[in-house]
Amino acid sequence: MTLELDARDQSMLGGEHGPSAAAAMKILAAFSNAIGANSLLDITGAHIDGCLYHGKAGLDFVERLVEGGGRVQVPTTLNVGSFDLIHPGMVKMPAAEEAPARRLMQAHLELGCQATFTCAPYQTRFRPKFGQQIAWGESNAIVFANSVIGARTNRYGDFIDLCCAMTGRAPAWGLHLSENRRGRVLFELDIAELEPTDSLFVGVGLIIGQASGDRVPVIAGLPRPRDEDQLKALGAAAATTGAVALFHAVGITPEAGTGDEAFQGMVPEEIVRVSRADINHALARLSMVPDGAPLRAVSLGTPHFSHEEWMRLLPLLREAAPGKGIPIYVNTGRATLTRLQEEGALDGMEAFGLIPVADTCTYVTSILERLDGVVMTNSGKWAHYAPGNIGVTVAFAEMRDCIRSAAVGHVVRGVS
Amino acid sequence: MTRRIETGAADRLGTFQLTGAAEGQALVFSQPLSFWGGIDAETGDITDHSHPGLGQNVAGKILVMPSGRGSSSSSSVLAEAIRRGTAPAGILLERPDPILAVGAIVAEFLYDIRMPLVVCDISGIGSGGRIFIGIGADGAAVVRKV
Repeated sequence: MTLELDARDQSMLGGEHGPSAAAAMKILAAFSNAIGANSLLDITGAHIDGCLYHGKAGLDFVERLVEGGGRVQVPTTLNVGSFDLIHPGMVKMPAAEEAPARRLMQAHLELGCQATFTCAPYQTRFRPKFGQQIAWGESNAIVFANSVIGARTNRYGDFIDLCCAMTGRAPAWGLHLSENRRGRVLFELDIAELEPTDSLFVGVGLIIGQASGDRVPVIAGLPRPRDEDQLKALGAAAATTGAVALFHAVGITPEAGTGDEAFQGMVPEEIVRVSRADINHALARLSMVPDGAPLRAVSLGTPHFSHEEWMRLLPLLREAAPGKGIPIYVNTGRATLTRLQEEGALDGMEAFGLIPVADTCTYVTSILERLDGVVMTNSGKWAHYAPGNIGVTVAFAEMRDCIRSAAVGHVVRGVS
Repeated sequence: MTRRIETGAADRLGTFQLTGAAEGQALVFSQPLSFWGGIDAETGDITDHSHPGLGQNVAGKILVMPSGRGSSSSSSVLAEAIRRGTAPAGILLERPDPILAVGAIVAEFLYDIRMPLVVCDISGIGSGGRIFIGIGADGAAVVRKV
């Protein structure tokens, strides 16, 4: 199987569109050969997970594309960076690391990328539409685009997402192609309560992530979600414990009107029954401390908080009125933050400890004032990664319990 | 371009994901190793606590394993290790790996350092022996015990 490049691909490779496009096409072609793609296809957008500084090679790559006069060929959003550019001083970093990390974010803008700096590009005006071919990085964004919207992307990552953006092309393989989007393993939820709590969706996500491997999971029996944020949480959790890039939820997601549609008429390779106890067990593993543990901070918004989530949080804050000085960090996209500020929605909220964080996330960079103690979150993804990334102790709970806990100063969960 | 070599009966032939020549001591694993979270790019030390190679060092070795594994961030770690000189001298895989291929290609593009990445039969290669990777007359990868 060999990769066939069309005339425009060839001209890019030959340098007729400049040295940056040539380099991007060369790398894209080599990648496409390695995965066995026959050809490339056009994309309508890209999302680049390249703004977190991990070392000089990453910055050198973007700088070289800038020097070569490169520009992205499709609308291209950017994932979080190492800084909150909206709130200077929030991130603490040694000066020697700060300069290249800031430059990395700036260099991407010089390539024509949009200054979104969000892990939830589907909340922006660049949200793709059903059926569109895109090249996205960032695991939660990928699974959301494929599953909730029905746009088509593979799991693109380092360098390749940008090469797709610089050429407007992606390899015709994997989830870009209809036949590879069919369900392979069926998860049958056997749960009595049909209350669509946020944690139920997180728990289901954790389980399908662990058990799916590289197969597309189909969920049957999932309660109708209150909103797409619950599917966001499910997908983010599934992409945390596993490599899920696409899930179908029968009767809920756009390529799964029926189970038969989700499996494209074929039978599941495996059927997994999921009980309430399985979900409780998966959720319990996210918490490292029992109820009653003293609380240091709350972190919400991983993936970035949507406007709808803010509208649920703000009444909870007013109701519980936390006054113990426990910071409540909420990661969100800068466009969402701007909208909230224009609406005056955040006025006076700092009195409750609210600290909005834009452009980055509390688990990838030094934002939290104190790391010794328990941080509560309603995010399965944050609960999974934060202990390893920044060394905190985590308690997972519903958002309401996070806010109640901030008000009393220790972890409280469940009805009381 | 590195000069082409004659192939002999004892050579094993493979396909290059990134073409180049290298020689080094074989470091063989039956379990794939993720560069991201598995290798410290500053030193080349293996840091994955769940991997049998924990504590060994890949710098200058011919790393031999069935496949790559894990996050696409491994591309960056490999490119960074190649830049720092802590990467393997070459890698032999049984199955092509797009993530390692991207890391190797980007490093060649940026730093003009060619770390050969070869897909070939890896059976019968043991750790400790010296392995030579060369470019055959037809562009194929030639892997030879020396």
